[in-house]
Amino acid sequence: MNDVVLGLEAVRKIYPGTPPVHALDGVDLEIRRGELVAVVGPSGSGKSTLLHIMGTLDRATDGKVTVAGYDVSDLGDRKLSALRAHKIGFVFQQFFLLAGESALDNVADGLLYTGMALGKRRELATEALDRVGLADRRHHLATKLSGGERQRVAIARAVVGRPDIVLADEPTGNLDSRSGADIVALIEELNREGTTIAVITHDREIADAFPRQVHLRDGKIEATTRPRP
Amino acid sequence: MTMTDTIPRSRLAPADALRAAGIGLKTRRLRSFLSALGIMIGIAAMVAVLGLSDSSRSDLLAQLDRLGTNMLRVEAGQGIGLGSAELPVESVAMVSRIGPVETVASVSNTDAKVYRNDLIPSGQTGGLTVKAADLDLLDTLQGQMAQGVFLDEAPADFPVTVLGSVAAQRLGIHDLTRRPAVWLGGDWYPVIGIMDTLDLSPDLDRAALVGYGAADRFLDADGIPTTLYVRTRPEFIDDVRGVMAATVNPEHPDQVEITRPSDALEAREAADSAFTNLFLGLGAVALLVGGVGIANVMVISVLERRGEIGLRRALGATRRHIAIQFLGESLLLAAIGGIGGVVLGAGVTAAYASYRGWAILVPQVAVVGGLVAAVVIGVVAGLYPALRAARVSPTEALRTL
Ligand SMILES: Nc1ncnc2c1ncn2[C@@H]1O[C@H](COP(=O)(O)OP(=O)(O)OP(=O)(O)O)[C@@H](O)[C@H]1O
Ligand SMILES: [Mg+2]
Repeated sequence: MNDVVLGLEAVRKIYPGTPPVHALDGVDLEIRRGELVAVVGPSGSGKSTLLHIMGTLDRATDGKVTVAGYDVSDLGDRKLSALRAHKIGFVFQQFFLLAGESALDNVADGLLYTGMALGKRRELATEALDRVGLADRRHHLATKLSGGERQRVAIARAVVGRPDIVLADEPTGNLDSRSGADIVALIEELNREGTTIAVITHDREIADAFPRQVHLRDGKIEATTRPRP
Repeated sequence: MTMTDTIPRSRLAPADALRAAGIGLKTRRLRSFLSALGIMIGIAAMVAVLGLSDSSRSDLLAQLDRLGTNMLRVEAGQGIGLGSAELPVESVAMVSRIGPVETVASVSNTDAKVYRNDLIPSGQTGGLTVKAADLDLLDTLQGQMAQGVFLDEAPADFPVTVLGSVAAQRLGIHDLTRRPAVWLGGDWYPVIGIMDTLDLSPDLDRAALVGYGAADRFLDADGIPTTLYVRTRPEFIDDVRGVMAATVNPEHPDQVEITRPSDALEAREAADSAFTNLFLGLGAVALLVGGVGIANVMVISVLERRGEIGLRRALGATRRHIAIQFLGESLLLAAIGGIGGVVLGAGVTAAYASYRGWAILVPQVAVVGGLVAAVVIGVVAGLYPALRAARVSPTEALRTL
């Protein structure tokens, strides 16, 4: 039980409206420490909604969500922010790097809200940039990097604090297939080093590269493929 | 239960908050500068207005100090029912007998005219007059010579003239080294001196002065004084003023007009301070507009930077951290405007004051007040955008492309 990093039980998400949208409709999911999971499904199946709920950026309409052992429905906005600062790393399709900052400082921003001193943050960021193979791009402005390099910086930012889980939403969505493959390889590499990662993608080919796949359709988990023992 | 207390809190150190607040300025330099400009102009206007009014006031005080406030000007009253009021011939002697009076000097109008040369058609006097003057007039008025000497240093009763500053200009006399002369009362009069502007009696700036003896001998003047300038011991000026009319003209004290020229200088200062208030008001309007400009830019910035807001929330920023960042940005903008405004305002004050030859005074109230005003505006202008930024839902923010 203790090595469950993230747990969803009967999670539903209904967006109000006419008619209301049942984006998630009773999702049960457990992600264990050290796992690499792909959540795959067609557009509109609820993948991003699921990621936001797993990442405590949004609340489930009902059901139970636990992250790093904490039941998030008990927590207010400040505690949830603290959970994200210390326990969860995010990677987005649009990278979301800060234009005015260097690669190094963008990575260091992954620790900005932990209260760690700037010197220490930069030290860890240097290591993280090393891990994603961008040691020589440290002082480049984010705007001067290629798409693939930007996503590497974003991944370094997600792992710099050694979070319990990294959530990636379509990390290859804005990249050509070559850089996309590099990013997938990097994700596998980081997982081998011990990082727990959930990757959301609509691309079956990418999902097939990962040991475990969760198939989402119309807000429900259709099937789970596990690695052959 | 108490397990949730084990999560360390989200924290943003003050230095990091400042860095975060500075990011928007760093990436949008021109826009930031332009939006700080409104505040800058407003603060600069207020600092300069306060600085200049202080500088000019100190100049006026120095001027009053130099000229003294213990002088009275006595004239025959002019106006309806006062007839051809003239001061009695013996009034100078009478007034100098009043105890606390230190000096009395008189001038007397003549019918003579003064021209640049004998070719100018008569009548084109350029508004200049010819007056007979007592020899101690200049001392009584605390006046200065711009060039040359006053009548008291010329041989008595000689046909020479001393010109007021405006008169000299209109007569084209700028330099006495070549011994110029003017055509006065049908004769050539050497100009032996040019006076500086006389602050206590500006009407004499447009006069050509001759001695009483010369006026009597060559200009056929009656020698009846038209104006008396009376210096008294300062502490008795009101007493002297009280008995002046009856002393000058015992038969018709009501036909004597007594003024204190230093009052006019003080009144001018009062008028200036009315202008000061007007400009302060304009500066305040500029500040208000500048504040609205900052608020506007901040609102736009919040809209544009939804992605950044979403990212920061994902990185663990609380709503408060987001609000602090945007409030800080607005404060920085206003502070830049405020500091720039104080520097600009002080510079304008220094430049104008030294151009006018005043002491340069930038009052501390203006500097501190300007900076405080800027900070207050920064907070007020940034509050609404900051709260809006804090309320942005992270999921909505992250859906922006
Ligand atoms: N804020 C919202 N309000 C109303 N409906 C929403 C909202 N966000 C998402 N939806 C709806 O919920 C459903 C799931 O959306 P979601 O973004 O999770 O899909 P997705 O699987 O990530 O799709 P894609 O692959 O295109 O990114 C969609 O039908 C979408 O229209
Ligand atoms: Mg999506």
